[in-house]
Parts: sequence; structure tokens; C-alpha cells
Amino acid sequence: MSAPLLEVRDLRTHFLTRAGVAKAVDGVSFSLGRGEILGLVGESGSGKSVTGFSLLGLVDPPGRIVGGSIRFDGRELVGLPPAEMRALRGRRLAMVFQDPQATLNPVLSIGAQMALAVRAHEAVSERAALARAAAVLARVGIPDAARRLGAYPHEFSGGMRQRVAIATALLHGPDLIVADEPTTALDVSIQAQILAEMKSLAAESGTALIWISHDLATVSALADRVLVMYAGRIVETGPVGAVLRAPIHPYTRGLLDSLPAMAAPGQRLRQIPGTAPSLLAVPAGCAFAPRCPRADAACGAPPPEARLPDRLALCHHPIEVAA
Amino acid sequence: MSGFWREYAENRIALLALLVVAVLVGAALGAPWIAPQDPYDLAGLDLMDARRPPGHVGSGGYVHLLGTDAQGRDLFSAILYGLRISLQMGLVAGAVAMSIGALLGILAAQAGGWVETAIMRVVDLQLSFPAILLALVLVAVLGQGKTQLVIALVAAQYAYFARTAYGAASAERRKDYVEAAAATPLSTARIVLRHVLPNVMPPLIVVGTVQVANAISLEATLSFLGLGLPPTEPSLGMLIANGFQYMMSGRTWISVYPGIALIVLIIAINLVGDQLRDQTNPRLRR
Amino acid sequence: MTGLVVAEGLTRRFDPRLSLGDRIAALLGAAVETRPVRAVTDVSFVVRQGETLGLVGESGCGKSTLGRMVAGILPPTSGTVRIGGAPVMRGGRKTTTRIQTVFQDPFASLNPRRRIGKIISEGPLAHGLVTRARVPAFVAEWLARVGLDPAVATRFPHQFSGGQRQRVAIARALAMKPDILVCDEPVASLDVSIQAQILNLFLELREALGLTCLFISHDLSVVRHVSHRVAIMYLGRIVEVGPAAQVYAAPRHPYTRALLDSVPRLRLDDAAVSFRPIAGELPSPLAPPPGCAFHPRCPRASERCRRERPELAASAEEAAVACHHPHEDPVA
Repeated sequence: MSAPLLEVRDLRTHFLTRAGVAKAVDGVSFSLGRGEILGLVGESGSGKSVTGFSLLGLVDPPGRIVGGSIRFDGRELVGLPPAEMRALRGRRLAMVFQDPQATLNPVLSIGAQMALAVRAHEAVSERAALARAAAVLARVGIPDAARRLGAYPHEFSGGMRQRVAIATALLHGPDLIVADEPTTALDVSIQAQILAEMKSLAAESGTALIWISHDLATVSALADRVLVMYAGRIVETGPVGAVLRAPIHPYTRGLLDSLPAMAAPGQRLRQIPGTAPSLLAVPAGCAFAPRCPRADAACGAPPPEARLPDRLALCHHPIEVAA
Repeated sequence: MSGFWREYAENRIALLALLVVAVLVGAALGAPWIAPQDPYDLAGLDLMDARRPPGHVGSGGYVHLLGTDAQGRDLFSAILYGLRISLQMGLVAGAVAMSIGALLGILAAQAGGWVETAIMRVVDLQLSFPAILLALVLVAVLGQGKTQLVIALVAAQYAYFARTAYGAASAERRKDYVEAAAATPLSTARIVLRHVLPNVMPPLIVVGTVQVANAISLEATLSFLGLGLPPTEPSLGMLIANGFQYMMSGRTWISVYPGIALIVLIIAINLVGDQLRDQTNPRLRR
Repeated sequence: MTGLVVAEGLTRRFDPRLSLGDRIAALLGAAVETRPVRAVTDVSFVVRQGETLGLVGESGCGKSTLGRMVAGILPPTSGTVRIGGAPVMRGGRKTTTRIQTVFQDPFASLNPRRRIGKIISEGPLAHGLVTRARVPAFVAEWLARVGLDPAVATRFPHQFSGGQRQRVAIARALAMKPDILVCDEPVASLDVSIQAQILNLFLELREALGLTCLFISHDLSVVRHVSHRVAIMYLGRIVEVGPAAQVYAAPRHPYTRALLDSVPRLRLDDAAVSFRPIAGELPSPLAPPPGCAFHPRCPRASERCRRERPELAASAEEAAVACHHPHEDPVA
């Protein structure tokens, strides 16, 4: 097997706030192959979005990558000068945000801003840039793309704007797209359209995708592998089907059992008690222990790796599953 | 509350400004005890002491720290008493303007329809005039005196409070907690007094701080022009005006020291107001 | 069949708020939007005693507007809502405490400057449901019932997490001793694990207090979990209503079917997932399509659908669908 496209080792991104050090990402390691789709799942405050932002060097002060390494196609990204990071970002690495408003300039037409994005990295004519923009817009399912290049962001619906954001990410045929909750703000029918398009786009173009979401169902529909985060750390990772069918980590189990779809209508859900810890005061040892039904004294120590073929969980008392 | 104070104290300049305001207010309150002379007691004045430079030992047997004015008043004492009047005018006018403005603003936001249109059109119209112009006209019509001056200052300033209260109240009214109160249901009076008003207060207090400073400078301007308070109760503006004719003759202290006192007071209040604004504006919070 | 809550012909229009400048511009021929938005059009339904009716639809379908009219927050442009025969609103003001509301965003629905105890006791005190002397015990009782430590009564909302605030909001609504609860997306802003806690609490209290509920959500699985019957809304109208199990298992309206097909399901095997999204986008509520509003996106649309609007059968029916070409009724 060739070297992975992305190799993250012991990534630590901390926020130095007034109230103390918030360890948003605290020792995250994973790797990603070319064309692979990784679902990054967690609840708010789990560090999933900060992980995504860290990969693209988009962490703003008071946040800072304080340790670890991100190797992208053999190149170290942690500590890369901003200018080099910018040259990489948009061309080989791209990001799609939850709110497309944040990335679209309201006073420029869609065509104009996409052409700018093309010409930021390549010396091509305006005409060629616009032609490229029209082509990618058509690929993300925008009908009559060439004519709509002259439209402004406010003339598009939320779903259409998110399509434009995805198209912009695709402009340079990047090796990796990081998408942070890209369909959370959209209606189910529009979400389904975008998921369907993402799936075929990833398959056609061979672009690797990190899909960050709180929604296990969208991740299960799209991703090859899933990575579950809790309080800034990875708790479990493995192939999506296997992990969701038979999770090893009690948190993953609890998350699944919290879904209404997992219980008969009207029946009590098997809830996880309590709330996630503050990132300013993550418990020593296993961060999930205070809410965990399987926890005991041993959980005060950092959890060991529980491995199955192709799977990993960090837990003292992993759930037994048939390998 | 302690967190609010700690955050305030982190800004050294704002802390210094607050200290300055406190010292000036304290000096104004304590004027009868601190001041070596009662500047209003005309019998205590001696023309022999007129226009003496700072440091002069006058007929009273004490040092005129900041010199004396044309009537032989001790300037240090006059400034303390002037501060007293300026602050009094500023605070009274600010408080009355805030009450009237808040009432009108909240009423407009709550009532909607033609009431809202009528109130806010008048307010907008007035905001498009310079405040000083309105105050000048009113004082000219009403005549001199403390009450007349307060009326003029309030008339010139309530519109700022009304605008702020209207903006804040319209924003609060659309929030779910007001809707939740209406859905209980609670009476409109209760919703306005217990729910909307407390949430409108922070921006009003911020505007209020700045408007107190503005009222003081407006009053000083009017007094400087001879339209403010009667000469028997000299405010800072009048002290500056009184000394103005001696500027060219080198007796600059008569105008300069009251001027410095006025500027320091206004800048300090504004700095306090800026810090309060920054701290109550969630968008500026880190 | 009669209901505890009876909504008849509810319609809500929102006229655009035109400023003086807009009016002048419109007079001079500028493109100022003067058409009213029809958020809800001619909606009738009943909620029976002890029943939870789930109201589902995508954003802009009018489900929240409908919920606010039922809760007595928003006066309808026309139509009435009655509880046990008595209207919820009279002259633009709510006249009953029998129906209470839990809002979507617990960060916005609690007054940031009031203590938790005050938030819970204010309504009952104002309506004489509790004496001033009994307030501390009353508040403690309700905090305990929603799973909070009674000692938190003196704290402010910002000291709580989203889930805890939603518990306070539920306590505030239930402390009014309502017969009916309107829940407007009560778990939409919460994390999955917290959402489960709040849903459990809801089911528990509904059972214990014998509540009748209108449960509004965009989340089909949440609605399925809590509802006895469901109503599906599209562009301001109810297009299908029926027992939850029946509607989810065998939807009759093409829109309901398409909506259910759009929801990504948890994949527990390694098989590839296929999506069957609905084509196209929601039309503008400023200019809804003539005939059936869903016809431009509907695979079964015919010429008749373009001309003639299908009516929903009488509101008191157990199940009904507003469609000229519905899917087979599995019961019939």
C-alpha cells in the first residue's frame, strides 16, 4: 500500500482563553488514503471542527496548534509559513463550511468570485476561468450553470449556495476536501440531493473527503470510515458499517442508543447520563468515565488501545464484539 | 458582577478614567469642605486679590493654588464649585432625558403602527438637527436659570436615548423569552417592565454615560456664550468665559485651569462609557 | 370524533413591512416586494385528548407559524383555534392558560436577567396558581420533576448548558398546569445525547401529567418517536395526516413518500447507500404554484394537478391525504 495522503500524529490544538487553556484537540492521530471518505463524528465541543480547521491552518488566535504533526502528501503542514499554506489551500486542500454565507462574497457575482479563486492559483484567462467555473457548477447539480454565473449569492437558495461553495472547493481538483457540517443548516430533501452528489463526485474525481458532522446517519450514508471524537480526543475509529453495527467504545454505543430511530416509538431511549465535560477541565484518564456505565477505578488512567482488525478504540473496558 | 468588574479593571486606561471621575465627583461633593473659599459669598471676595497668578498668597492668608479671577475669587475654589454645578446639570439632565427617552423608545417599539411612526419620525427629525442649536433656541425663549437649562438640555438629548431604547426594545421584543411571556400569558405592562426594560437598560446606561459628558459640555458651551446659568452660580463654562478677555494679557490661568478641569472630566467620562460599551456589546467580546 | 384542540380554517398572511421610502420607491415603479407571504393557508385539524400530534415539514412550510397560532402567540389572519370549545385568543390576546409552549432555542427563550426560580414561578404567581408563600417549595418541586437540583433556583440562565435550559423551559411551561403543550422544535438545537435525555423527560412527563401535545419538528425520526398521529405540511398546507405508524410505513402523499426517502438512514451493513432525493427546490411562498403546490416536483403530477388544488378530507378524519393521485391506502 502506498503512503497515505494525510497522516495526522498526536495533533494538539489548544485555545488560551481568559478562563484557562481549552484543549479543543488533544492528541488526535489518524490517517487518510487517497479518495477515501472519512466521517468525523462528535457532539458540540468534541473538537471535530477544530480538527478540521487545524488541517487547513485555519485556527485563529487565541487557538494554536501546540503539538503534533500533519503530513499531507509527504509534506509537514504544522509550522508551514502562512504564504506556503495559502498556496496549498484552495488548490490541493479545500474547505466547505456549514454556513456558505461565510465564504461567499455578497457583492461579487458567483462567476466573478469563482474566477478569482481559479486565478489565485493559476495563470489563466478570465474566459477560461469562467468556463472552468461553469463546468464545476454543472457537476454539483446546478442547472443552467453557465447562465447563472452572473447571479449574486443572495439570488440563490441555501442549498444552492452550499452547492456553489462545494463547486468552489472543487475548482482546482484538490486532493482533500474538509467539509464542516455542510448539510446541517439544510432541509432533508436538499441534504439528500447534496449527499448524493458528494458521493458521486468523490467517486469520480478521487478526491479524499473529511466529512465533519454530528449526524451519525449522514456519515454512515457517505463515509468509508468513521472517527468518533469526545472531549478533544478520539474514542473510536474503523469502517463505518462495522463501527455502527457493533461499537467497541461505550460512548459510541451510547450515541447510537440516543437516536430515536434505535428504539420503538414512544419507548424510553437509552440515554447517556450527564453532560460533556468543559474543555477547560477534561477529566484525567478517560474523559468519558463520569458518564460511562462500564467505568470503574481503572478509568482514572489514560485508556489503552483496544484493537480489532482495521478498528481501534481507546477504552479500559471495551465492549466485546466478534471480530 | 465580580467578573464584570475584573474585566473592567483589565483595561488600565478605563480604570484610570474611572478613578479620575471618582476623584472629580468626590471633589465636587466635598467642595464646601475642601475649598478654601466660598466663591458665591460676594462679601468674602476682595478686589485687591483680583487676577493674581497661581501661588499668590491673598488677603485671606492662604495660597491661591490656581490663582484668582477678575473678581478676586480663588480659582481652585471656583473650579470645585463649578464642577459641582456642571456635574449636577449633567446628571439631572441626563437622568431626565434617559427616563423620557426610554419611555418614548419602548412605547414606540411596543405600540407599533402609527404611534411608532409618529414618535420615531419626530426623534429622527430632531436627531438631524445639531443639539446645540435646539438648546440655544430654547434657552433664548425660556430665559436663564437652572430649570430652564435642564429643560433645554433634556430637549436636546432625549432623542438619543429614545433611539437607543427603541432599537434595543425592538430587538428584545422579537426574542423568544418575550414571546414566551406573552404565551403564558402575562400582561403587557408586566412584560414591558419586568422583561423588556431590564434588557434595554445596559445600552441605555452606556449611552447615558456619554450623554452626561455631552450635557456637561453643552451646558459649558451655553454658559460660555452667556446663555447658561446666571453669573451668581458660575459653572465651568462661565469661568472659562470670564477669563477669556484676559487671555491676551497673559493672565491665561483664569480660563485655562477651568478648561483643563472640564476637558479632563469629559474625557474621563467618555473613556468610562467606551469601556462599558465594549463590555456590554457581545460582538466585541472575546 | 371531536378533539380537545380544534383548529378550523387557520390562515396567516404576513404583509411586507414597507417603510416610507419603500412605498415611494414602489410608487415610482421600483421592484419592491408588496405581495403578502402566505405562511399558512386554510389549515384545519384536531388534537384529541391525551394524543400527541406531530407536525412535520421543511423550513418555510409554515409549521412554526401554525404552532404559534395554536399556542395563542400569533393571531390568525382568519380561522379559529378552540380548546374544549373556548377560543384560545380574543381580540389579538391570549385568553387561556390551558395551552403552553416550549420553544426551540433555550438560549433565547429564557430571560437572561431573571433567576431560574423567578422564570418558573412568574406565570403561576400572576395567574394565582400558587401563593407567594408557597413559591420556593413550588419551584423546588418543578426543578426536581425536570431533573434539576432544586438548589439552582437562584442561578441565572447563562450558568446552564443547553439541555439544562431546555429542562427549565419545560418546567416553566408545565408549572402553568396546562392541558396542552405545544413543543416547537424542542430538541433541534441540542446534541444527540442531550436530545435523548430531553425526549425521555418529555415522554415521562407527558405520561405522568396526561398531556395533549402538538409536537413540531423537522426531524422525522424524532416526530415518529413521540407522536401518535402526524401531519405533514408543504407550503403552508397540511398534505397528509394519519396515525404515525401508518404514515411512516405507507405514506400516501407523494411528498410524504419523497421526504421519508430523503432521510439518510443509519447504515449498519457495508452495502452501498442509494439516495432518492426529491427533485427541485421549494417554490417561493410569495407565488405558490397553481393547483397542487407540489406538482412541479411530483413524479405523479398530471394535468389536473396543475389546475385544481386537491383538498384534504374533513379535519376530524383519522387519516386523510390531499392528493389527486395518492399512493394506495394500505387499510382500504
